Amino acid sequence: MPKLTLNISTSPHVVKGLSTDTIMKHVVLALMPAAAFGVYVFGTGALLVMLTSTVFAVATEHLLNRWIRKNTTVNDYSAAITGLLLGMCLPPAFPLWMTAIGSAISIALGKFIFGGLGCNVFNPALVGRAFLQAAFPGAITTWTDPFKADRFFNVPSSVFAWPFMSPVVDGVSGATPLSAFKFDHVNSQSYDLVMGFCGGSAGETSAVFLLLGGIYLAWRKMLNWRIPVSVLLTVLVFSGTMHFLDATRYPSPVFMVFAGGLMLGAIFMATDMVASPVTSTGVWVYGAIIGILVVLIRLWGGLPEGVMYAILLTNAISPHIDNLIRPRVYGTLKKAKAS
Amino acid sequence: MDLFGSYRNTFRNGIHPPENKDTTNGLPIRQFPFAKEYIIPVSQHLGAPAQVVVREGQEVARGQLIAKAASYVSVPIHSPVSGIVRKIAMVPTLSGSMSEGIHIEPFPYSGQEVAEGKPIPLDTSTPEEILQAIQDCGIVGLGGAAFPTHVKLKVPPDKKCEYLILNGIECEPYLTTDHRVMLEQGEDIYTGIRYLMNATGAPKIIIAIEANKQDAADHLTRIKPTDLPVEIKVVPVKYPQGSEKMLITAVLGREVPSGGLPLDVGVVTVNIATTAEIGRLLPHGRGIQERVITITGPAIKKKGNYLIPIGTPLRFVLDHVGIAEDIAEVYMGGPMMGVAVSNLDISVTKGTSGILVFGSKDIRRSETVYPCIRCGACVDACPVSLNPSKLGILAKFEAYDKMVEDFNLMDCFECGSCSYVCPSHIPLVQYFRLSKARYKRHTALKPKSQDA
Ligand code: SF4
Ligand code: SF4
Repeated sequence: MPKLTLNISTSPHVVKGLSTDTIMKHVVLALMPAAAFGVYVFGTGALLVMLTSTVFAVATEHLLNRWIRKNTTVNDYSAAITGLLLGMCLPPAFPLWMTAIGSAISIALGKFIFGGLGCNVFNPALVGRAFLQAAFPGAITTWTDPFKADRFFNVPSSVFAWPFMSPVVDGVSGATPLSAFKFDHVNSQSYDLVMGFCGGSAGETSAVFLLLGGIYLAWRKMLNWRIPVSVLLTVLVFSGTMHFLDATRYPSPVFMVFAGGLMLGAIFMATDMVASPVTSTGVWVYGAIIGILVVLIRLWGGLPEGVMYAILLTNAISPHIDNLIRPRVYGTLKKAKAS
Repeated sequence: MDLFGSYRNTFRNGIHPPENKDTTNGLPIRQFPFAKEYIIPVSQHLGAPAQVVVREGQEVARGQLIAKAASYVSVPIHSPVSGIVRKIAMVPTLSGSMSEGIHIEPFPYSGQEVAEGKPIPLDTSTPEEILQAIQDCGIVGLGGAAFPTHVKLKVPPDKKCEYLILNGIECEPYLTTDHRVMLEQGEDIYTGIRYLMNATGAPKIIIAIEANKQDAADHLTRIKPTDLPVEIKVVPVKYPQGSEKMLITAVLGREVPSGGLPLDVGVVTVNIATTAEIGRLLPHGRGIQERVITITGPAIKKKGNYLIPIGTPLRFVLDHVGIAEDIAEVYMGGPMMGVAVSNLDISVTKGTSGILVFGSKDIRRSETVYPCIRCGACVDACPVSLNPSKLGILAKFEAYDKMVEDFNLMDCFECGSCSYVCPSHIPLVQYFRLSKARYKRHTALKPKSQDA
């Protein structure tokens, strides 16, 4: 027998083989079709915004790790997801310097100060988005029309605006279906909405591609399908009830589900594993709360879009959901200690 | 999800690791050759180590008592071979600690006949006599835990045993010992059942078998004596169904209370190979000298199911079956709950249900540990519905009291399902083992520190 040194591992000695970085990589992959579609519809501007935000997110993560002398964590791909998601929920002609700041804020304030991956309370991309909304309310509600003829060659000047210098709103027109409905009572065509032939953020408009990405991830068991299903069902039922009660004031449930950032939010942002509950029951409740908040904000709030705040607020109560909703431990009585 | 508290032939959650049983489940049990030396640790069961009753230089016969039970929770040990006691010294064991052990050198030309003992009559013995006989034969749970069987079978006066469940689940991947025993030792199993019925007074018997061993279920059904109230129940494959509590839930839909015993819900469970052993040994009053072990794994050349004398050195076993050049890890037991071997100088014991050898290229574990991303995979895997994610975080903060009091740490039976699924490769079970030990030590110390 050859001379040996044996490894001492602790049981279990076999593992399933799914790895966190693999999951994250696939999430990035699943976002690609919708992002590519955004570029197709909005042109080079959208591409630049999404690229910038991804690059800055990864760079920020790397530098912050360097700063506290830790090994870099960019190879777990979570920073790339954050950056890409942020880019996808920004207007396609958003100034790049603002994008970069938003990206850095996402990582630094959305993730790093909580202790990095796994410790963040909120979805980091949405933290960056909320910051940008507060800091640059004008730029973030300035939309580009889809399918402009020169969209691949002529980048809107706002994209290359110098920090704090040039006028941010430079004649870019257009509106999103949600704002059109909210402020002008214009209904969009359902077909255009589902396909994504409409105004909106760089990567949020194509419900079809977002759904495909989501289905792929759910099939690979890399995404908790219960969250998007619960969010979308709640929105459908709640807004459907309102539409049924007063069809002139409230938009159709189909419009509510497919318009704006709901698909992107429900499938890719609400499902941020770190900021959502861990139990199946908890996840249903979490999704339902997001759905209710989305409808409340959209129908009665001052903003046309409510997905971001709905998810952020629900992120904040997610730990409490986990605390309150616990499966009964095997062999204990129904009324287990809940403290 | 269990909404209505009802169980249909299963238990909550659980996992489906690749079974890897196909290479050995068709191979009949073969007798293993005799080694040049046997090393028998006196501590190879749970409970008090046995007390040596032989001297160095003494001649012993195969099946002769060489160490006696030290207390009620303890079993005696019998010589696996006819030979000479060469040495009584400290020997290494699987746990890594040393134990007293008996070295026996077999007589080279002995036919190795087994010494007959006093037969235990089936019909005229009282339950106490049968339990005593089971202890005297040195029988422990052969599924791996090696808990003295007579202790488990003892039904206290205030309890009743309604069901006797025989565990033929064998949910650990790779292992096929119980499978082969069911196929080849069916008669012994039914004899064993008769003894067990007498000992426990159980009116109903269920043999539980996972669906991947349908042939064993069919065989046992075919040869079932008509007078026995035995039901053979085939349940869907899922890990960790072989664990006592999960088995009871899967078969009867009853939940054993937290911290309780199967008898609290009127059940006694016995491993199927243990039952066969009882049926084989008691009619002759013999002690246990050998057991069936699956030797398998990618780095083993002659994989199979072998009948191996207790005390055979692991090194001899591996030499005989042949191993690949680059072996990296050896486990005793299955890949989910088995223990990694640090030292090839240990020997086969009563609790060894399998020997697995992996080469370095067969190990798919990753060394990179990511932070917990709260994906919930562990929560969906835990058969007792704990929250391993939260427990894992608390363990890092050494919040042992909170883990136990608020998050039911003590209900974790270390099945490893959570670690198996964790994409961040967090060694959760390892944390929980340590945390339990720390918690116990720290609560044991508490009253003292208050006195001081
Ligand atoms: S499986 Fe691992 S990463 Fe996922 S929640 Fe459990 S401990 Fe965390
Ligand atoms: S090892 Fe413990 S916590 Fe992990 S799945 Fe098994 S019982 Fe649950």
